[in-house]
Amino acid sequence: MKRPAPLLEVSDLRVAFDGKEVVRGIDFTIQPGEKLALVGESGSGKTVTALSLLRLVMNAQISGAAGFRGRDLLALPESELRAVRGSEIAMIFQEPMTALNPLFTVGEQIAEVLELKQGHSRADASRIAVDLLAETGITEPQRRAKAFPHQLSGGQRQRAMIAMALACKPQLLLADEPTTALDVTLRAQILDLLTALQRQNGMAVLLITHDLNLVRRFADRVAVMENGLIVEQGSVAQVFADPRHAYTRRLIDSQPVRDVPSRRHDAAVFDPVMQAKALRVSYPVPIAGVRGWFRKGEFVAVQGADFAIHPGQTLGVIGESGSGKSTLALAALGLLPFQGALQVAGGAWHKGAEADKILRQAVQVVFQDPFSSLSPRMTIEEIVGEGLRVHAPTLSTAQRQARVLTALDEVGLTQAQFPALLTRYPHEFSGGQRQRIAIARALVVGPRLLVLDEPTSALDVTIQKQVLQLLQGLQRELGLSYLLITHDVDVIRAMAHDVIVMKDGVVVESGSVEQVLAAPQHEYTRVLVAAAV
Amino acid sequence: MSGWIRVSSLTSPPETAPGGPAGVAAVSLSPGRRAWQRFRRNRLGFRSFVIFCTLFVLSLGAELISNDKPLVARYSGAWYLPIVKSAPETAFGGDFETPTDFLDPFIRQQFAKPGNWALYPPNPYHHSTIDYFAKAPNPAPPSADNWLGTDDRGRDVAARLIYGFRISVLFALALTAIGTVLGVITGALQGFFGGKTDLAFQRFIEIWGSMPELYLLIIFAAVFDPSIGLLLILLSLFGWMGLSDYVRAEFLRNRQLDYVRAARALGLSNWQIIRRHVLPNSMTPVVTFLPFRMSGAILALTSLDFLGLGVPPGTPSLGELLSQGKSNIDAWWISLSTFAVLVITLLLLTFMGDALRDALDPRKSDK
Repeated sequence: MKRPAPLLEVSDLRVAFDGKEVVRGIDFTIQPGEKLALVGESGSGKTVTALSLLRLVMNAQISGAAGFRGRDLLALPESELRAVRGSEIAMIFQEPMTALNPLFTVGEQIAEVLELKQGHSRADASRIAVDLLAETGITEPQRRAKAFPHQLSGGQRQRAMIAMALACKPQLLLADEPTTALDVTLRAQILDLLTALQRQNGMAVLLITHDLNLVRRFADRVAVMENGLIVEQGSVAQVFADPRHAYTRRLIDSQPVRDVPSRRHDAAVFDPVMQAKALRVSYPVPIAGVRGWFRKGEFVAVQGADFAIHPGQTLGVIGESGSGKSTLALAALGLLPFQGALQVAGGAWHKGAEADKILRQAVQVVFQDPFSSLSPRMTIEEIVGEGLRVHAPTLSTAQRQARVLTALDEVGLTQAQFPALLTRYPHEFSGGQRQRIAIARALVVGPRLLVLDEPTSALDVTIQKQVLQLLQGLQRELGLSYLLITHDVDVIRAMAHDVIVMKDGVVVESGSVEQVLAAPQHEYTRVLVAAAV
Repeated sequence: MSGWIRVSSLTSPPETAPGGPAGVAAVSLSPGRRAWQRFRRNRLGFRSFVIFCTLFVLSLGAELISNDKPLVARYSGAWYLPIVKSAPETAFGGDFETPTDFLDPFIRQQFAKPGNWALYPPNPYHHSTIDYFAKAPNPAPPSADNWLGTDDRGRDVAARLIYGFRISVLFALALTAIGTVLGVITGALQGFFGGKTDLAFQRFIEIWGSMPELYLLIIFAAVFDPSIGLLLILLSLFGWMGLSDYVRAEFLRNRQLDYVRAARALGLSNWQIIRRHVLPNSMTPVVTFLPFRMSGAILALTSLDFLGLGVPPGTPSLGELLSQGKSNIDAWWISLSTFAVLVITLLLLTFMGDALRDALDPRKSDK
């Protein structure tokens, strides 16, 4: 086996903030033209590793060596390192909206790199910028070059950033979660683009990601990081086929598994928990000009959705950002005004305060971000017990505490594990634990239907699996119905009985999960399902 | 996804997977208590706080520290509490039925006789005491009798400073309290309900805020009898707007967070949501600004007094002393000592404010 000199050779890299090491001595190499994926969950130190190669982390103590074409990047004087940045090693970031300057057009920003790094004249630089944009497959590159970042879509912005990074034909590209902020259908496209450009330019890529699907699809080799250490590395085929380290096995195992009660064939006998007919939700939006002084325009977020949720079953709503699926969730909770018919647990919303209060007990919600869904200034007892104060005001303090503890126990949080659980504050818990607390808050009032708005999207993959298992268990034991909002086909596959697919506020397809995922009818559903594999 | 490690790495020991063992933290502290502990760890700020509180409490007992009446007196076998109940001069062997002037050398002589005695406060002058028996012409420089000299009417500067400090701080506390309550209420209403309520309130604030505050004060000072109460009302009318904007912004941000939505989904009323969820999480700017608002209020009162638009004549006030210092520029002890009191007070408040801001800063680590 021939072994050419590696392009990048990192040995014993350590990065510390305030004396606390977040990268604790890692070694890896990248050969010219190789695609290495650095995989790990949030906090594993993977992004810091990439940033420290170009010494872009503030206030950090970096030690070790990073040999790049005969030089040590970590020992290079700042002025020489600046010459390396951009021209020999380029970087693309997760969120192109914040990585691009909003005050300059995309073309100007790409041309600036060319002028600075390659000494092109201004006219040449703008011409090459358009060519570069064209190479990334952006439609109408001439026009896009004159656009400001906010005028482009997320996918176009990411393409523009890739064009900028590749402007100087770097030997190494550091790609930090390049597709995480994008919709699923775009992810595959951007990844294919990166692969094509990588092959064409013969550059090496260090892909930083938490998404194993991306790794499998893109990388040659993979290095798995946990708590600042690389616990396993090897070729993608080998690591996925035969993971050695327990953590790698857990990561690969984190694909959610379907374990839900099977569809009840007598479901039609019972009334559905929730049934919508031609549900339509719209927002007022300002109209420009004098006309806007007197009337408002209308933005239709959901137009004419029909669905039914049967007792003990899950309706999955899948769609990309902006498809109206979260609006649908808020309307189902009675938190937004809507038109059309929505029957909820035998009643309907907005029929007076007392009637609404009874319905609220039947329909509860779990949100996506466990960090903003718990008030930081309330104890766990106050957070979980709040619903009881509203719906069972006659309970004594001791009775309320007992019910709070029962609900916490149901979601797997016990006082045996967490001494003084009730008097703790949310900041003492991890993301997954907080999501459990949020579920307990919903469960404590004894709902029949839970609205789950992206319940696992903000969680690490291993935690995501645990939370889904918890939800499956609760459905089996308590006979709960779920309205599950997600962008993740895997989650739908594991959880849902029926599915509706939303795009731009319209339900484009609906049916049983087997039917929709196995034989998608609508073009959009086909793309969505294909992108997830 | 990358968002949450940053938050959690600030707050807690290493993450434990759900179902794993509990975190190390044995005692759980509320965010308020943690902020208080951080505040205590800031030595400059915390000491300023202690010193300021001590000075304020002492000044509340100004009558016991600086008064022209003895605290306790014994004369001819009888006990007297002149500080509580004034006695006529005849009681102490004088000729007149008028209230006793205890600074009178004759009265002092009477108390020097065997069996009689009087316990004077450390500084034997009230802020209004005019020493008719002073040895030097007014304003008199610092001496053993008058530690910081006297002003141009023969009143003890030290006594006026002590009483003036008390009035300034009390006034500032009252103004801050009123301004904060008004600011929080109006900010909360605008931020929580948003939409038309917000629009109407904002326009009102723009109009109200563009009123010439100083002219109004001058006009009102001419129309009404000047008094502390009037000043408090006038300054409060304009003092709530700055804070209201901060509270409004916090409410606008917090009301759309998921925990507020979850509370709505649980069926809580607007009032319950404001009181239990949004308000506690919106108080950070309010608390941070308290010391700075206090120092602003002290300065406002001082400047108005300096201009003669403030408290009624005769009231001990730092601004009035400064204005005396300006007219008697060679009586350096008046301006210098007043200046020193003002600087120290404002510095203490500023140090407290800085410490409080750091303590409430969520980005600061818990070290």
